[in-house]
Amino acid sequence: MTATFLGIPAPAGVGQLRGDRPFPAAARDALADSQLRRNLGHATGVIRTKRAAAVGELDDWEQLRLAGEAIKRATMARLDDHLVRLEAEVSARGGTVHWARDANEANAIVTGLVQATGATELVKVKSMATQEIGLNAALADAGIIAHETDLAELIIQLGDDVPSHILVPAIHRNRAEIRELFGRKMPGVDPSLTAEPRRLAMAARAHLRRTFLRARVAVSGANFAVADTGALVVVESEGNGRMCLTLPETLITVMGIEKVVPSWRDLEVFLQLLPRSSTGERMNPYTSIWTGVTPGDGPRSFHLVLLDNGRTAALGDAVGRDALHCIRCSACLNVCPVYERVGGHAYGSIYPGPIGAVLSPQLTGIHAGSDDNASLPYASSLCGACYDVCPVRIDIPSLLVRLRTAHVDAARARPLPTAEALTMAAAAWVMSSPTRFAAAETASRLGRLGGRASGRLSSLPPPLSAWTSSRDAPRPPEETFRQWWSRTRGNSA
Amino acid sequence: MVVPHPRQLGVSARDEVLARIRAANANAGLGLGGAVDGPRADGDVAIPRDYRGGGGPAPGSPPLLDLLRRRLIDYRASVVDAAPGDEPAAIRAALAAASVGPTPGSAERGGGAVLVPPGLPASWCPAGVVDDGFTAVELDGFAAVVTACAAACALTGTIALDGSPDQGRRAITLVPDVHVCVVRADQVVHGVPDLLARLDPTRPITLISGPSATSDIEFERVEGVHGPRTLTVILVAAPPAPA
Repeated sequence: MTATFLGIPAPAGVGQLRGDRPFPAAARDALADSQLRRNLGHATGVIRTKRAAAVGELDDWEQLRLAGEAIKRATMARLDDHLVRLEAEVSARGGTVHWARDANEANAIVTGLVQATGATELVKVKSMATQEIGLNAALADAGIIAHETDLAELIIQLGDDVPSHILVPAIHRNRAEIRELFGRKMPGVDPSLTAEPRRLAMAARAHLRRTFLRARVAVSGANFAVADTGALVVVESEGNGRMCLTLPETLITVMGIEKVVPSWRDLEVFLQLLPRSSTGERMNPYTSIWTGVTPGDGPRSFHLVLLDNGRTAALGDAVGRDALHCIRCSACLNVCPVYERVGGHAYGSIYPGPIGAVLSPQLTGIHAGSDDNASLPYASSLCGACYDVCPVRIDIPSLLVRLRTAHVDAARARPLPTAEALTMAAAAWVMSSPTRFAAAETASRLGRLGGRASGRLSSLPPPLSAWTSSRDAPRPPEETFRQWWSRTRGNSA
Repeated sequence: MVVPHPRQLGVSARDEVLARIRAANANAGLGLGGAVDGPRADGDVAIPRDYRGGGGPAPGSPPLLDLLRRRLIDYRASVVDAAPGDEPAAIRAALAAASVGPTPGSAERGGGAVLVPPGLPASWCPAGVVDDGFTAVELDGFAAVVTACAAACALTGTIALDGSPDQGRRAITLVPDVHVCVVRADQVVHGVPDLLARLDPTRPITLISGPSATSDIEFERVEGVHGPRTLTVILVAAPPAPA
């Protein structure tokens, strides 16, 4: 990448691509929540087992991954052409295509379309793009109620909560917590409701049925859009997607521009990769595919909103652009030792886990200093498990390193050096002289004044606080290596 | 090298997003100087398609039917085997097993009326009410729907509907709580590539793999949320080969 390319990042102050505090602070709270860690550990363990079994059934899995990677790479290289083709095909089949530079523009387009129908409520299919742009809040400002219909999104909405996982947004909640929430927030719920998942799912079915039947407008995302036919694809499990895509008169689909695939045939790859990676199923229960408007079947009016919101900024980086290949399966979250312990909320962005750590900072732009997303590329041990399971072979560890470099470069370009840079310069000066190094070793024993109980130092004074704000430092040993050497071997040397 | 440009008045979002894409691709070393219709560096890389494509076992062969049956049952669908011409009896049995229709126990499903698409062979479900554009609320009053299908994929246990007259519009297979779907042996193919090759991408398509389900609570799979909670597949064997 040339350092001069900045692109146009997603605007701040709208949507959910940034948290309100940096990852290290949020992660510390999450780690202290033992209920959260139990819930996450259980759920991610179950998903990992299911995925491994579903993937293991196919002897051509690696060939499918290579094909998926190549299709995405080729698509991005001609993204402009594919979007223009998609626009033409959707328009030719009775749909209307809108373009949105950013979250604010997309929210304004959707709000205007809903207002034009006269509706004051709508039903929604779970969609990452509309979460990313904060659509529900924008609609609420215009007096429009958006009903989330995916079970997990309903749990989130009822609890005034935020999603913590791409596939199962309420993964941080266990059945007892959900039972308690339904009892408190779901109107007319059976008081004898138990915490059995089947009973909870039936309660959601009853709760949403009337809403589906009366809804006049629906908003969805899209898993794929096929350029050469204009087909939109939504992959789901519960049937709430089919309800939204089929029953209302007006359907509005908000889709990131990177979701386009060139040809119908490409779906034969992704419809194998996605379900097995995502829910660990051979195929998800329902996949809806539609092109424009079909007279007598489904919505009479179809709008497709193509969203940039920082995607072209990511596209401008020769390495980072691979993050746009993501098909949102969430397999990388489920295998990540960091995600498994801190959960999705700590990442701040609606895109958590390894893919979120490379996608979110690129969408919002990486800035030096205290930008909340700047710490995300460091939220990884670079173990590489995410790369191994990624169905489109995104080399997430390399992208993380790339973003760390970009962050350090940005800091280096600032007129005032950072504490880290000063510390590194000081360390270089100390370590380049045996005398200075020995003196520093002796001085380090001052550190033994702290951390007596825990054996580690969790908060050091500035500028060393830059280190301990995100990790502990070990308590210095009683004697240094040199002292030990001269004590035990000194005479014989 | 590209200088980021602020949002320009008078430039449409479409033109600006497309310009950003071209600038980004140029910056990343792609799309440099290539004509719109011509090949671009890295843009026309050959896609390695050496995964299992079409051309597995012959459609409708006994091993495929057996695989489909196992996959369907694995995802909690019911399977009723039928000989060609025996569809009406099999459909009756499937509806009865789901407590739908004029049988004892139908009351708990309410009404007991069965919906059928306009192009379903009339003999298959003589008591069926033909869909003539019922509202969503009206559809909710039906206990079951009986349809044919466009194709089926054995490897994943998937049934494809494409809105043909014997399948009807999408809403009718969604709102009623029981879906009975007739699959002919010759419609059964092996894998996902074979399935998609059989479908017309411009039609409204629904791929169905078992009844509605969710894994949203502790990732425990629960069948039956918003779509039909009962899916019964009538698997119609191939006609006997002529002697």
